[in-house]
Amino acid sequence: MPYTITNFCIIRNNKAQAGSLSYSDTSVAGHEFLIKAYQHFGISYPKFYKMDNLSRLGFLSVELLLKNHPVHQLYKPEDVGIILSNASSSLSTDIIHQRSISNRSEYFPSPSVFVYTLPNVMIGEICIRHKFSGEGCFFIHERFNAAFLHQYVKLLLDNRIIQCSITGWVEMNEQNYESVVYLIEKQSQTNNQIVNFEPGELNKIYLKDS
Amino acid sequence: MENLVEKLKSEIIEALNLAEMKPEQIDENAPLFVDGLGLDSIDALELIVLLEKKYGLKVANAEEGKKVLYSVNSMAEFITRNKKG
Repeated sequence: MPYTITNFCIIRNNKAQAGSLSYSDTSVAGHEFLIKAYQHFGISYPKFYKMDNLSRLGFLSVELLLKNHPVHQLYKPEDVGIILSNASSSLSTDIIHQRSISNRSEYFPSPSVFVYTLPNVMIGEICIRHKFSGEGCFFIHERFNAAFLHQYVKLLLDNRIIQCSITGWVEMNEQNYESVVYLIEKQSQTNNQIVNFEPGELNKIYLKDS
Repeated sequence: MENLVEKLKSEIIEALNLAEMKPEQIDENAPLFVDGLGLDSIDALELIVLLEKKYGLKVANAEEGKKVLYSVNSMAEFITRNKKG
């Protein structure tokens, strides 16, 4: 059965866009853009501020991806899967944690930092927000691997483990960030752009405006 | 004590990243967990670290922790009591 990419969200270079939603602000430095975008889109979820930068990026990407899409009405919580990937895992937060324990006389590891020293915590944050309970998996690849994600998500859909998938790339390091996430469904449920779920199309979207 | 309560409110906001909250919005008598600020177990650990880092005080056990971390006022009382001792 053919599957479709029914929406996508791209956040990088101080610009966030998903369908008709778009926001850019080059006046702020790096990761501060994520807070600016969160405020710009009027999202109200105080826990956002407690998240590390990787979770903030993933959270924000999925917020925009689903803002104008009735995923919650169309699918049961267990039918929505989240399959994400990146190159740096949770390294940006691991480094912050390492710094907090590197000096024996100033040994104060922060519990709220430590809990984010795994990249799949980001998937957990997204699931808590949207009450999704389907398959969740995080993969580390040197670079965006469309063929792998396509194969993995297709397997889940083919075997009816999930009916809908949020998948893509959410990369965060100390210097930069980049997120490209896709909504994959068995058939288009809205009038949004319809693109076949194929590795070539995933790559084409990933390279858009990069 | 009053100064300490106000100082604690600011420190709690900073330690717990309660970015959308101002010190005056925190009721010093209200429970910090569940009802009041809606804090969770990670926040509790973060408050224990705050007491140790900023005031050099350790909470002896979970039972004492429940009492100490009940509200901003109970935290301030714990600090005052133990600093004097």
